[in-house]
Amino acid sequence: MTGLVIEALTVAFGRFTALDGVSLAVDPGEVRAVIGPNGAGKTTLLDVISGITKPVSGRVMLGDRIDLTTRSEAEIARAGVRRKFQKPSVFPALTVRENLEIGCGPAVPAGARAARIASVLGEIGLRPRADIIAGRLSHGEKQWLEIGMVLAAEPALLLLDEPVAGLSDAETAQTAALIRALRRPDRAILVIEHDMDFVEAVADRVTVLHEGRTLYEGSLHGARSDARVIEVFLGR
Amino acid sequence: MSGAVQTVLAPPAGPARRAVRDPLVAGLVGLCLAVAVGLLVARPAPYLVNALGQLATFAILAVSLDLVWGYLGILSLGHGLFFAIGGYVCAMHLLSHGVAVTGVQPDFVQFMGWKSLPAYWAGLDHPAYALVLALALAGLVAFLFGLASFRSRVNGVYFSIISQALVYVAMLLMYRNDTGLGGNNGMTGFPLLFGWPMGSPGVATGLAVAALVALAAVLAGTRLLVGSAVGRRMIACRDDETRLRTLGYSTTRLKLGIWCLSAMIAALAGILYVPQVGIINPRVLAPDLSIEIAVWVAIGGLGRLGGAVIGAVLVNGLKFWLSTAMPEAWPFILSGLVLVVVLVLPNGLLDLVALRPRPNWLRRSR
Repeated sequence: MTGLVIEALTVAFGRFTALDGVSLAVDPGEVRAVIGPNGAGKTTLLDVISGITKPVSGRVMLGDRIDLTTRSEAEIARAGVRRKFQKPSVFPALTVRENLEIGCGPAVPAGARAARIASVLGEIGLRPRADIIAGRLSHGEKQWLEIGMVLAAEPALLLLDEPVAGLSDAETAQTAALIRALRRPDRAILVIEHDMDFVEAVADRVTVLHEGRTLYEGSLHGARSDARVIEVFLGR
Repeated sequence: MSGAVQTVLAPPAGPARRAVRDPLVAGLVGLCLAVAVGLLVARPAPYLVNALGQLATFAILAVSLDLVWGYLGILSLGHGLFFAIGGYVCAMHLLSHGVAVTGVQPDFVQFMGWKSLPAYWAGLDHPAYALVLALALAGLVAFLFGLASFRSRVNGVYFSIISQALVYVAMLLMYRNDTGLGGNNGMTGFPLLFGWPMGSPGVATGLAVAALVALAAVLAGTRLLVGSAVGRRMIACRDDETRLRTLGYSTTRLKLGIWCLSAMIAALAGILYVPQVGIINPRVLAPDLSIEIAVWVAIGGLGRLGGAVIGAVLVNGLKFWLSTAMPEAWPFILSGLVLVVVLVLPNGLLDLVALRPRPNWLRRSR
């Protein structure tokens, strides 16, 4: 079982402390939402987990053994971590199918790729668009393709950075259904989102970040009635 | 056009399919081979033979740059360095070969007051060793420079500037007379090629044919590469390196491998160039010459291999003609061409082809 355990994580950019001693544990099988106002440190948290930013102190343990803060982005990905970026990051010059092929990762043998790509195409609903250049997809389709790319590697830890930003209500509902279908006993999912209805639809628990610290952790219902959370979100 | 229609019309993607569906490269490969046969059969004027052979080496050089610039997004402004490594080692071979056959020491050895060639020239009269040394040296220099740059994630304009500095440093080094590589006069007066007198028409034809065949092979090989799974990773790396890394790929290794390959192709061009012009000197390491390679590629069309060939042939063909007809106008014409490309045809001259409606089966090729 490979959950995610973050211990006393501190990240600083010059004199600005983006994360200040954040601790967080996501169990296998859990969908955790991280919410908070702009500048709370949500994306920085994902940057540290995926190896793009190195922390000043603290540990990010995947399972019992692997400290992600000491690994490169590619090593972290090969350990089973995948991230969907906030801005849909697909390879625009390649087709949907080729994007998914790369998404499978270097470890998957060529023979096993075709079946996996076919199944992912079905899950993300892009089968009729498989041979289109990804740059021609709509915004929503790009979001789904990127979810498909990270899915193709069958990750143990899935990081989703605002997966429904810029989507219509119908597309948001479809994405929520997709993410619920991604839940597995051996997979932890960490999702950042501003859309509270979406969070309610997908997350088991929420963590509220504010100015680099954990403000609240628990159910979304509890967060909505927490005085400090209300103050942060509704303004003073 | 709706997705469903396109799916029906587009054949399934695959490395082999893609390679075949590049009529431009396929046509150019065929043209190179046809011209090579034509040279052997028709025996045109020596000036034309030589010009065609030189154009082929410039085209190889342009393809080597397009491989890293067009497909990996790495703009080298120092590819003249690898071209020069090939050229210098080739010149060393030709001079060693001359000494071995005639017993006469090259001019620069006499000029420096030495008795014989420096010790590190030993064995270079063997053509196979010289060929391996030229390619290995270019690969090694590229490896060391690439390793230092890509590991520390030096990208974009910073990489371009450093590559430019590298070629400049190499030029300053080669201008020194005590290097044993000809100094500021360079190396010339090659008497023989594989035992044949250098000036004979047969040698000129052979060199031009070799350059054309090499160009065809380089074009076909690089096209297969960029159409393969590795090529798709290159394009992915060019468009979003962080995304590719976070999918588990070591982009440093990918870039380093292709960078070294590109350097070796550039060295091959240098090897084929020097016997055709009969001289090499530090001028080939001048920064403006390296920038010009990028200009050829930009004018022809970046990221299509065939565009690099068209750009190199067109610009250098014009240069051959105009530098005799009106040499003072050449810099202005070159600058004008660059301006036209930047302002009107951002993807190079191949944009002209794209302006008219294309048949369906061509739509998806880049």
